[in-house]
Amino acid sequence: MSKITLQDLSHSYLQSQNKDEDWAIRNVNIDWQDGGAYALLGPSGCGKTTLLNIISGLINPTKGKILFNNVDITKKNPVERNIAQIFQFPVIYDTMTVFENLAFPLRNRQIPEDEINNKVNEIAEMLELTSTLNNRASGLTADGKQKISLGRGLARSDVNVIMFDEPLTVIDPHLKWILRSKLKELHQKIKRTMIYVTHDQTEALTFADQVVVMHDGQIVQTGTPVELFEKPKHTFVGHFIGSPGMNILSCQINNGSVAINGTRIETSNSKIGISNFSKIELGIRPEFISFDKKGLPVKILNVSNTGKNKIIETESDGGKIKLIIKAGEKVPEGSAFLTFKKDYTYVYGDDWIVEK
Amino acid sequence: MNKTVNQKAWFFVIPVFVLVAFNAIIPLMTVVNYAFQETFGNNQFMWEGTRWFKQILVSERFHAALGRQVLFTLIILVIQIPLGIFIALNMPKEGIGVPICLVLMSMPLLIPWNVVGAMWNIFALPDIGFLGHSLNAMGFDYNFTQQSGDAWFTTILMDVWHWTSLVVLLSYAGLRSIQPAYYQAAEIDGATRWAVFRHIELPKMKKVLTIAILLRFMDSFMIYTEPFVLTGGGPGNATAFLSIDLVKMALGQFDLGPAAAMSLIYFFIVLTVCWVFYNLMMRNESKS
Repeated sequence: MSKITLQDLSHSYLQSQNKDEDWAIRNVNIDWQDGGAYALLGPSGCGKTTLLNIISGLINPTKGKILFNNVDITKKNPVERNIAQIFQFPVIYDTMTVFENLAFPLRNRQIPEDEINNKVNEIAEMLELTSTLNNRASGLTADGKQKISLGRGLARSDVNVIMFDEPLTVIDPHLKWILRSKLKELHQKIKRTMIYVTHDQTEALTFADQVVVMHDGQIVQTGTPVELFEKPKHTFVGHFIGSPGMNILSCQINNGSVAINGTRIETSNSKIGISNFSKIELGIRPEFISFDKKGLPVKILNVSNTGKNKIIETESDGGKIKLIIKAGEKVPEGSAFLTFKKDYTYVYGDDWIVEK
Repeated sequence: MNKTVNQKAWFFVIPVFVLVAFNAIIPLMTVVNYAFQETFGNNQFMWEGTRWFKQILVSERFHAALGRQVLFTLIILVIQIPLGIFIALNMPKEGIGVPICLVLMSMPLLIPWNVVGAMWNIFALPDIGFLGHSLNAMGFDYNFTQQSGDAWFTTILMDVWHWTSLVVLLSYAGLRSIQPAYYQAAEIDGATRWAVFRHIELPKMKKVLTIAILLRFMDSFMIYTEPFVLTGGGPGNATAFLSIDLVKMALGQFDLGPAAAMSLIYFFIVLTVCWVFYNLMMRNESKS
């Protein structure tokens, strides 16, 4: 159990690095608090797995440091770091029984056999594997095997962190939900730091207290699911989280206020000095837009009904805008005006939210 | 699902049947024919029943050849399988070394068997061969044409050189198919190198190793060309393995009846061992 700190961490798989794209991980600084449930969210290829493997010690970072409880462990191997990691595909030892599989990490650490017995039985109980303990592990279904992988991670009671690398990829959808709740429940029970890597926002938002969003090797935002939704710090977070994602519109600055082709838009951060960006954009989530008698003129392109809501696609001078209204509400025909909720409308300069 | 009954479908089976008949069933039946009869040429046959089989089964000559054959195959397997796995484990996993090693490994497999025999014959000649001459120069009394121990040593060395690559290539393919996550998980679980081999690599190689052992068993148990060219079964009968002895009996002495019976017994041994071995290895596979 410990706090994990990543300091100025960068990693590249190449021998020499000349441009930003050569880095798989760029300048990562983050603190993972002891006992927290974190999700590491991002699209495929954004560096999530690399970051995870750096924490577990399977990869040595090109630059930067990793601290467990403020002690530098950058040069330590996975065993010395005492961490657990669960992989995308269930890793089981085919020749062993379920019991032997769960006992394997303990036996490797020369723990007395009666202690192993107790521990394995306790874990099996927790994961509902007790009835299969003496079966050969290779005979189990995918979710059973993934439970074993998970069990091996949980077997050691002193691990610093348990990391999950998209652990539910090969699991059937209905079992996914069960295993996910199981993980959440386990976290509450054992209070260990857990880092859960995924590209699925639902998985991330349901599992974690804190979600870390990665994009192109960088951490773009860390926050609670609500924070990520209400105040995305980067346009990527805006459109990656939410369905449909945030509308990102091109806009102009006139005398310190934001406008889309002459229509002034009130934003929550436009009062802050906007200067020297090569690209200025406006971000607003579909949930915070409504039809009005005046405001931004748009053409209605398309209406789709999701049952509870309607998603309306419109075209404005700043680009396409999607908005969500209740299914019962009437949709104007042809053209209409939109107003944005000021508190949830943000100005982004070069993709980052404009702040003081 | 309702299947349409259409007996014309048998026509599709005919080509395969004809092919198998010509390359397997008819030659085999000829052998069976000889095994139960006596012939003096002129296509005259006399029924002998199981006489040839009884004669072969109690023949000391057959027992000796079979004993040499079993010993040879065992030595071959004991050397080639572990050595092949060991080489495969140490082969490079990426970079330019991979194609270089693969080509080097494939080379012995591509050389015709009689050429391998001839090559090793010259290589091992005590007076002018590099191996033979060097061994003698180092003070060993080495002469594979006269000392049976040396003949065995040379034959085994030749077979190891010729066929270990097959085990290497199969094992390497098996090793490469293991997901990196297995090694990473084992590293995190604190597994020793031996445990990684025992619990990850060996089980994952099980299928290719089964094939490797089967192929090496069959080929070494039926070995003919290389020892025939290298030692001709000598000195004496020291390296007269089953095939060599069989050919001597069939074509040297023209004892077609006993030779046919011996062929069938020989065939039956290979078949039985392969069947038992394969089923033992695959016993647990069907359960999972």
